[in-house]
Amino acid sequence: MNSVETKDVHLYYGDFHALKGITMAMKKNQVTAFIGPSGCGKSTYLRCFNRMNDLIDGVKIEGDILIDGVDIYKTNIQVDDLRKHVGMVFQKPNPFPKSIFENVAYGLRVNGTKDKRFIEERVERSLKQAALWDEVKDKLKKSAFELSGGQQQRLCIARALAIEPSVVLMDEPTSALDPLSTAKTEELIHQLKEEYTIVIVTHNMQQAGRVSDYTAFFYLGELVEYAKTKTLFTNPKDQRTQNYITGRFG
Amino acid sequence: MAFGTTSSSHKSKKLAQSAAFFIFRLLSFSVVAILLVILGFILVQGISVISWEFLTEMPREGMTEGGIFPALVGTLCLVAGSMLFAFPIGILSGIYIHEYAKDSWFKRFVKLMTNNLAGVPSIVFGLFGMTLFVNQFGFGDSILAGSLTLGLLALPVVIRTTEESLKSIDDSFRIGSLALGATKWQTVSRVVLPMAFPNIITGLILSIGRVSGETAPILFTVAAYFLPKLPTSIFDQVMALPYHLYVISTSGTDIEASRAMAYGTAFVLILIVLLANLLANWLRRYFGKKVKMN
Ligand SMILES: Nc1ncnc2c1ncn2[C@@H]1O[C@H](COP(=O)(O)OP(=O)(O)OP(=O)(O)O)[C@@H](O)[C@H]1O
Ligand SMILES: [Mg+2]
Repeated sequence: MNSVETKDVHLYYGDFHALKGITMAMKKNQVTAFIGPSGCGKSTYLRCFNRMNDLIDGVKIEGDILIDGVDIYKTNIQVDDLRKHVGMVFQKPNPFPKSIFENVAYGLRVNGTKDKRFIEERVERSLKQAALWDEVKDKLKKSAFELSGGQQQRLCIARALAIEPSVVLMDEPTSALDPLSTAKTEELIHQLKEEYTIVIVTHNMQQAGRVSDYTAFFYLGELVEYAKTKTLFTNPKDQRTQNYITGRFG
Repeated sequence: MAFGTTSSSHKSKKLAQSAAFFIFRLLSFSVVAILLVILGFILVQGISVISWEFLTEMPREGMTEGGIFPALVGTLCLVAGSMLFAFPIGILSGIYIHEYAKDSWFKRFVKLMTNNLAGVPSIVFGLFGMTLFVNQFGFGDSILAGSLTLGLLALPVVIRTTEESLKSIDDSFRIGSLALGATKWQTVSRVVLPMAFPNIITGLILSIGRVSGETAPILFTVAAYFLPKLPTSIFDQVMALPYHLYVISTSGTDIEASRAMAYGTAFVLILIVLLANLLANWLRRYFGKKVKMN
């Protein structure tokens, strides 16, 4: 089954044609990795799935984007409902200047959950899912800023998981982390696909190899090749993919 | 070349740097020195007349004796009144302009207007206040008219402060909140404003300092030359510190005799501004700590 499906998506920043007709489908409970040289449109494409591009002035989008079968640009849906359904983790950890507990509870609170017991349970569960619980369970009331960068990123993952999205988008989630935190986060991504569909942008080819089931290679706003990760890395069909994964440009 | 050894080009570079820093330091010291001399002068001259009576008594003997009580109360009323008016409107406008308004000609127009408003001489505000509030609205010379006029004067400062404080909050916080399904208003009220709050507060208090020292805007709208009683309603006239100072140093009954009183008044005025600044500093640190925690 497909969680995310796009048909002939074009995106323009003003006059600049950033995405040139992208058609692809991401399978449910699988990890899909986006790779490609800087500026090829990976983040732009990712931001289409939770309509974060709406925040940028002068963006025009054409084509169909379906999340769990619903066309998110054509159907009359509320963006905040969509974003509950499609969570996002960013390149730089961006916890709020609130306590660890309140960071994770934030998504629940803004979506109208009042039940204290329920919030406590969900916060604990999310922190456990994000493999952070043991490190923070004694200091939930402390400021999130007191955590290390790697811990902050896992907190942001927990924060995204707390509202139980079905899809989690991750834009270079480990690029600001040390190797140990990166390893932890990768392990986490592996476990999370049991419950979530994950789309991850990465510049690290090994990482794509380690965590993803499918990999898509983008180049200059086009989807060049999309296949099972193993296939794409061992037996690329397109010369440009071949060049990129062997490090001949990038 | 090994580390630690100094070539001649190194030496001359260092010399140039030391010379430049020396001049900068000298200049900044002299600015501070001038400020200290002014403050010290007023302090020394004024402190001798400062007493409990000076603060709590009515002026007597053609304002050469007694205290400044009604002027002090008047200034406090005007500050409170103008802030009551300028804070809510200014803060809400600032939030609207920075967080909501799309980059359109309207937004640019509003920004241009607030910037221009900030540069308008305060006497013009005085005339405007007199025409609109005193005459047109029929408030007469009153605390209400004076407060509104001072509030108008403070408005651009409050708007700008709010805008600047909001601008300093990194967009990643807004984006993080929106990505969790928060609405724009939830994002602003729960994440952005608490973070910007310490800086907004500081700006507001600094604008109080500005307002409390203004003479021109209250000249035709509220200030009384001599009125040795306290106001009972917002439609009463009051004395005010800056105008009182002006009066007893330029057109009092006996300027020489009230010289000491003038320094005392100036001292109190400066003290108010200084206290406001200290309070601003303290609040910023207090809320700065608190905001990370809740
Ligand atoms: N807000 C924007 N306004 C205008 N152009 C933009 C904007 N964001 C991105 N672009 C342009 O769109 C193209 C794709 O950018 P995008 O950020 O999606 O690339 P990316 O593949 O994520 O790159 P990176 O690997 O460096 O993150 C780039 O050429 C970029 O300059
Ligand atoms: Mg990117």
